[in-house]
Order: sequence, then C-alpha cells, then structure tokens
Amino acid sequence: MTTATSPTATAEIRQAIVDIAPAMVAAAPIGLLYGALATAKGMDVVDVLLASGLIFAGGAQLAAVQIWDRPVPIAALLFSTLLINARYILMSASLAPKVAHLPLLGRILGFHVLADENWAMSERRAGGGRISAPYFFGMGTVFWINWMSFSALGASTGPLIGDPTRWGADFAFTAMFIALTAGFARSRTSVAVIVAAAAAATGAHLTIGAPWHVLAGALTGITVAAVFGTPEETAA
Amino acid sequence: MSEETATLLAILGMAAVTFGCRISGLLLGPRFRPTGRLRTAFDAIPPAVLTAVIAPTVLATGWPETLAGAAAIVVALRAPMLATIVTGVVAVVALRHGLG
Repeated sequence: MTTATSPTATAEIRQAIVDIAPAMVAAAPIGLLYGALATAKGMDVVDVLLASGLIFAGGAQLAAVQIWDRPVPIAALLFSTLLINARYILMSASLAPKVAHLPLLGRILGFHVLADENWAMSERRAGGGRISAPYFFGMGTVFWINWMSFSALGASTGPLIGDPTRWGADFAFTAMFIALTAGFARSRTSVAVIVAAAAAATGAHLTIGAPWHVLAGALTGITVAAVFGTPEETAA
Repeated sequence: MSEETATLLAILGMAAVTFGCRISGLLLGPRFRPTGRLRTAFDAIPPAVLTAVIAPTVLATGWPETLAGAAAIVVALRAPMLATIVTGVVAVVALRHGLG
C-alpha cells in the first residue's frame, strides 16, 4: 500500500482529514473522560494507551471501565466487547467490495482502524464505487492517533483532578450513553428494545449483580426485536 | 493471577475480539447480508447493549441519578451529544448536593 505519494494521494488524505475533523473534535473530550475514568479504576497510562491503541473502540472501552472490578471480570469484559462491537462485522462487510482492489494483507491490517465515524465518511465518499487507500487508511490513522492521544492525556491528568464522582464525571459517561442510545431510538421497535433492555438490566443488577446486567439487558432487548420487531427496509 | 496480568489479558482479549469483528466482515464480504428477523436482531444490538450498561446507574442508584438521567433523556431527543452530557453532569452534581 505504500506507493509513492502522488498529488492525488495527498489530495485524498487532505480531504479525509477535512471530513473526519468534526468527529475528532467530538471524540477528544470522550477520550479525556475515558482516560480519567480508567485511571480511577486502577489502570495506568500505559494500560490506557494499550487499550486505546489495540482495542480502538470507544463504546466498548467505556463500557469496560463501567464493569471493571477487582478481580478483573475478563469473561464479562470480552462478552460485552463482542456484543458492542458486533456491528463492525456489518460495517466491514459493507465496505469490503469497495476496497477489494487493494492487497489482502493491507486490507486486513488496515481494517484495524475501522470505527463508526470513519466508516460513515468512507461509505459516503465511496458511493457505489471504490474507495482509495489514502482516503480510508489516512482517515482511520489520523482518527486512531487522535483517540490514543486524548485518552493518554486524560489518563495522565485524571489523577490530578481527583475523584471523578465529585464533579460528576462518572455521570458524563452515563449521559453520553443516553445520547448515543437516543440516536438509535428512531422506530417503535427500537424504543421497545430500549425499554425492555433497561428493565431486564436493572432487574439483573439488583438480583444477580454486575456485570451480568449487561448480558441480561442485551439479550432481552435483542430477543424483543427478533420476536416483535418489524423488519425495516435497509439499503443494501 | 496478579491484577496487572489480568488487566493486560483483558485488554489483549478485548483487542482480539474487536479485531475479529472488524476483519470477519471483510473476509465474509457481501455474502454476509442478514435479512428479516436476523437483521432486526442485529440492528437492535447497539441500543440494547448501550441501555443495558447504564440502566442500573440511572434506575437503581438514587434519586439524583434517576432525575438527572431523565433530564439527559429529554435533552438527548432534541439536542446534540455535548448538550446532553453537560445537562446530565450539572443536574447530577446539583441533585447530589440538594438530595444527598
């Protein structure tokens, strides 16, 4: 993939950065918050850098911080990560034909930087056709570095600020998840899913305890959708 | 197992699971196109998981969290994410002082 930088490649990367800039600004405070909350749970700056660099999935990382405990509930963390990131299977499948002209190994390694925001931008850019390597991987790499930088910054400044619950930072995470969830509440089915998941998760939390509420709520919501949901027309 | 080892294992495991999701769609390609109920179930995963993670915080922690959560929901349906976060944080801090 490392062809000499032609004027076209430079233009593609420049366009990619322009397109992803708003998402980078939006991700910055979330990265800071993630770093601060993770250190409050006992992770250090190196752990946070590793997590943001290797996992690179804000929703799953923040959910992991929420259910993080001593001893570390590894199985629950992996399961929650799988549930939250299963959407990447669909997103990467939809991008697959648009990058089919690139070398296989490059595609596999490069798809590590696939995230919601750059996926959406790339789909829009590709239309029905191909997407260039400088655009997709340039955008993904910039977004990846942005996320790592701000989470590391949050991790190194978090301890100076002190207990995050004192200034409500713990609830910033909850409010962010409410905002993300509201973005999905667009149909009768999704509202039913959200209500069912909330009830089941709270019930499980009060009876069995954390982190099983994630599994109970998620499976209940998904079941409600599968049994009662009305399939919507989706663009292929 | 030490705390550090468990932390590292959790991070590496989460990374492997996530990378697996990212490339499995690439390798399956256009053949993986869930339809009907499977598609509906797949679409329900993000809101179901997001809700499940935070529901106990909002519904079973205390009045400050429940009321601040309700305020955040109202804002979230109308305004961008940043407004929702600010509303939730300001409300929870004020209510924890007032009701706590």
